[in-house]
Amino acid sequence: MHVGKSTSLYLPQLFFLFLFICNFLLLSLVYAQTDDPLLNSEDSSVAIPDSELVVVAPVTSLIAEDYKYDDGKQINLSWVPSIDDQLVGSKVLGYRLFRIIDDGKPELLAKLRCGANSYSDGKLKSESVYSYYLEAFSKNFIATSTRTVPISPEREWINFDRKYLFLLAFIIGGAVIFFIESARRGKKLFVRKIAGLEAVDEAIGRATEMGRPILFIPGILDMNDVQTLAGITILGRVSQQIANYDTKIRMPVSRSLVMTAARETIKAAYQTAGRPDQYSDDMVNYVTDEQFGYVAAVDGIMVREKPATVFLMGAFFAESLILAETGNSVGAIQIAGTARPAQLPFFIAACDFTLIGEELFAASAYLSGEPKQLGSLKGQDVGKGIAMAAILIGVLAETIGTAWNVEFMNDVVRWLTILFTTQ
Amino acid sequence: MEHVALWIAAFLTLGIYSFLYKDNIWYKLCESIFVGISAGYWFVVLFWDNIYGKFWVGVFPPKAYNDAGELVNSAEPDYLLIVGAVLGVMMISRLIPKIGWVSRWPLAFIVGSTSGLYLINYFTSNMMRQVEATIIPLFGMNYELSAYDIIGNLVIVIGTFTGLVYFFFSKEHKGWFGRTAKIGIWTIMITFGASFGYTVMSRMSLLIGRIDFLFGDWLGLIK
Repeated sequence: MHVGKSTSLYLPQLFFLFLFICNFLLLSLVYAQTDDPLLNSEDSSVAIPDSELVVVAPVTSLIAEDYKYDDGKQINLSWVPSIDDQLVGSKVLGYRLFRIIDDGKPELLAKLRCGANSYSDGKLKSESVYSYYLEAFSKNFIATSTRTVPISPEREWINFDRKYLFLLAFIIGGAVIFFIESARRGKKLFVRKIAGLEAVDEAIGRATEMGRPILFIPGILDMNDVQTLAGITILGRVSQQIANYDTKIRMPVSRSLVMTAARETIKAAYQTAGRPDQYSDDMVNYVTDEQFGYVAAVDGIMVREKPATVFLMGAFFAESLILAETGNSVGAIQIAGTARPAQLPFFIAACDFTLIGEELFAASAYLSGEPKQLGSLKGQDVGKGIAMAAILIGVLAETIGTAWNVEFMNDVVRWLTILFTTQ
Repeated sequence: MEHVALWIAAFLTLGIYSFLYKDNIWYKLCESIFVGISAGYWFVVLFWDNIYGKFWVGVFPPKAYNDAGELVNSAEPDYLLIVGAVLGVMMISRLIPKIGWVSRWPLAFIVGSTSGLYLINYFTSNMMRQVEATIIPLFGMNYELSAYDIIGNLVIVIGTFTGLVYFFFSKEHKGWFGRTAKIGIWTIMITFGASFGYTVMSRMSLLIGRIDFLFGDWLGLIK
């Protein structure tokens, strides 16, 4: 009895407490929605008087287009933002982009900030049909755009955005074939002297006279690096000469594939030189893939075996100076070659001869004198000639066009820019 | 345990540095430890990353089920990876001299596909973008370019053009062509000089890092 009386006495207070909790929950919901408009502006069912609605216009001209020249996985969307999407005092708080696949349910694809007017939808399937619509929303209003026409991404066989790349590659490739054929027919192709390569025979001869081995280091990258390929090509020529002179070659490598390729190359060179019996797999040995572990081992080999000649041909990184300095300290004649600009200064400082960048790739052609390689080198020179002419004409046209506003010169620059622009 | 690791690290660091004096047994020990451990480490990494992580998981994707026993993961097996695995196995044929020639096929595949793949990349980045970036005005209308801009543009244009002349192999470096090539090699050498100084300074930070370890972490002399 006492309890019942007590409860009825506190009933008004309990009622107000209940009202307070309801009010708190309602306010929490409203604030949660306004914290981040992009995340929390879902349509609420709370009735808002028309006078308080912040009405916004939908986006217009929403277009879905297949991305041209791809493998059928991308659709590009563009639209004109809502007129209420302003830089200052914008009523629009953001956009929600919806995608419908094969007439299924709309799914939220992306939440976009104000000012957005395009979107690329990737990783699509060419056999599905896609349509899209956008919602522009204010703090309490959502304006939905019209749906795009259903579209499927298409696969294209040829990327016509790269037609000028093809044209230039075709010209240079054609020049390569032309020169290879010329060399095969017996035409003498001139290649200027490359200082470092003139010293190759001399360096091998020195090792022979001193009775010391030749160390060949092909860099620390794998066979998928063009510099390693160039290094291995030079190795072919060097090891043939080594076989002729009956000198010893030592080649520690840091990649298993390079080891296999190097063994094949040296074996072939020894066979060409008529000394297959002199070849041994032990000439090339794998050390470790670890950069500085490899360097520690090669440095050890240098100081213990004291090679008379060291070839450093390939891709080098931070180990370049450590290797070159150690080779220098044991009195070896060193011929280096790399296309890594950051490492070239160290080779130039510590080695006797250095093949700089392109010279490394030209070296194999120069050494072998084979029609294929010589033709390729001459073809590349055609490419360099085109580049030099384009730079010369382009800079003159750009300067005259800019300084005196000559329309023809501006056209030349425009044309050259289109030709050399890569997509 | 931490102290033991610290002492081992210090022992190995000093062992490698001892090479600066001359080749010695301490360096040989450190070298062998470094080479052996790193070779083993890379074997394990390559096995789990490539043979298991890429090939095995790719061909036999693991299936995941939720609490209700429904299949959650529906990744499609990528049977194309088997081609790579076959090429890998072909490489091992070198261990059997009679069929050792088989290993040339995967090598030819790697060399050929790499050359083809990189042709376009190098052509685009080393030629086309370079030319496009070098087409710049040497001076503007109404002298709108500052002296600094003009000098900068001149260096870019002359440096690129003469550098190209240096790497042109079809003509002897004689006469005006030789003089232009000489400017090219000078430009390249000045660039290398700047690069040398920059890299040496960055290597100094490596040395400082090791000194900091020895005198700070190990000896506790640097607080």
